[in-house]
Amino acid sequence: MDQPIVIVNDVRKRYRRVEALRGVSMQVDEGEIFGLIGPDGAGKTSLLRILATLLLADGGTATVDGLDVRRDYRRIRQRIGYMPGRFSLYQDLTVQENLEFFATTFNTTIEHNRHLIDDIYQHIERFKRRRAGKLSGGMKQKLALCCALIHAPRVLLLDEPTTGVDPVSRKEFWEMLFKLRDRHGISILVSTPYMDEAMKCDRIALTQDGRFLTINTPQAITSSYAKSLWSVRSDRMHALLDDLRQWPGADTVFSFGETYHVTIKNGHDSEQLRSHIAHRGHNDIHIERIDASIEDAFMALGDNNTANVTL
Amino acid sequence: MNDNIVIRVEGLTKQFGNFVAVNHISFDVSQGEIFGFLGANGAGKTTAMRMLCGLSVPTSGHATVAGYDVERQPELVKRNIGYMSQKFALYDDLTVTENLRLFGGIYRMSRRDIKLKTRQLLTELNLTNERNAMVRSLPLGWKQKLAFSLAIFHEPKIVFLDEPTGGVDPITRRQFWEMIYRAADRGITVFVTTHYMDEAEYCDRVSIMVDGHIKALDTPAMLKQMFNAPTMYDVFLALARQATRG
Repeated sequence: MDQPIVIVNDVRKRYRRVEALRGVSMQVDEGEIFGLIGPDGAGKTSLLRILATLLLADGGTATVDGLDVRRDYRRIRQRIGYMPGRFSLYQDLTVQENLEFFATTFNTTIEHNRHLIDDIYQHIERFKRRRAGKLSGGMKQKLALCCALIHAPRVLLLDEPTTGVDPVSRKEFWEMLFKLRDRHGISILVSTPYMDEAMKCDRIALTQDGRFLTINTPQAITSSYAKSLWSVRSDRMHALLDDLRQWPGADTVFSFGETYHVTIKNGHDSEQLRSHIAHRGHNDIHIERIDASIEDAFMALGDNNTANVTL
Repeated sequence: MNDNIVIRVEGLTKQFGNFVAVNHISFDVSQGEIFGFLGANGAGKTTAMRMLCGLSVPTSGHATVAGYDVERQPELVKRNIGYMSQKFALYDDLTVTENLRLFGGIYRMSRRDIKLKTRQLLTELNLTNERNAMVRSLPLGWKQKLAFSLAIFHEPKIVFLDEPTGGVDPITRRQFWEMIYRAADRGITVFVTTHYMDEAEYCDRVSIMVDGHIKALDTPAMLKQMFNAPTMYDVFLALARQATRG
């Protein structure tokens, strides 16, 4: 097998009292989409900036396409396409001018790498004379992706490209990433706070508080979920939340769309659960054993000490 | 006429040049309701919300919020609502209590009320030991909860929440919604936008905007039935796919 396109080994980063990265290690294989999944403040941006050679780590080593992020930063910059979390194109240049600017910066032309961006550029081509600052959120995101691709990078580093983006545009954006992987073999390291996007990645690192909770395929992570997980509904959902929490057999109770996800402690079972809530006057009770989602897995693996402040 | 209606919108429209950002939208929201205001990027949500908060003058149509006309009485509207967004909620370089004092002052609460409510809120949020800490130093999850408490500190009739849970970890996101439930149970009306479709399920009613129009408005259960869709995500996809702008 080829050497991994990104290798991160025990990387640490501290900002004064905040430990942003507490010694993380991972590898991105050639041609895969690797997701850094976690909330704000988990350390995702710091890691991406270290790999983009924009930030120096305090400890550990990292390579991109075999090049050291500290020593070979100039050569790395030719081989990566980096999309920062905040829109960073020139707002007062037009769509086309931005693209030309980035192509020229990397000593290439739009035409030379047109095949890479065609699928994406066709969505914004009719606005090519519009200033970037006047584009809608979805259009800005597509333009930023084009600019990150115009020098034909080997690997894309995308920092929360879908944050604040509506579900339809998010879906479109992921379809573009799949094409870049499948047709052009581009490796992609992408961060997101949206847990549902984890399932779209080949492998993921669940990230919290400067650590990786686990690294694996999303399927392996959900199938290794060890607790007994149940979906529960009734006719009085507001009251049900408190009633479930008061049942001694309930380990955790979390809302999940139109149902609650309940984990049941050892020595208790769902029939006891049913009779407990029936006694509390609930009707139309639905209790069903379910498979864990990535979000269930994240909550089970995460360190709840910081999140579980009593309200 | 229903006296419990706290937001009444009739034919509300906002035009920028030839572009009709919000196109003749109408709806009512009742007291204590959790009203989800959904739509794709560029559908007109932010523009509509700015009009309802008295920050932008409608081109045509009417809206009353907390009983006040958004066009003629914007200052009274502002005084009776709370607002929180992901982008702006708290001053990072003020302490927890300084933030509370500042907002209480802006909303013309008495010193006594501010003091009393500050103590109460710090206890509720378990923040008493952090009361003199800069907000910047708090974990994000605490900040979000503090920001919400601050938005309803002056007991407004309505609180507007613009993507309040973006980037928050899954547990905090759920705790945040439990705070929303409690506020609604106390009679505060909650008007909320979100891109998390599971959160649409937590709303009493949901409206979905497409290209400046409200294309659907009902309870999540009814919307799913109408669109023959298993989840709100599918309802949203079915509607937002019709969009031509954005």
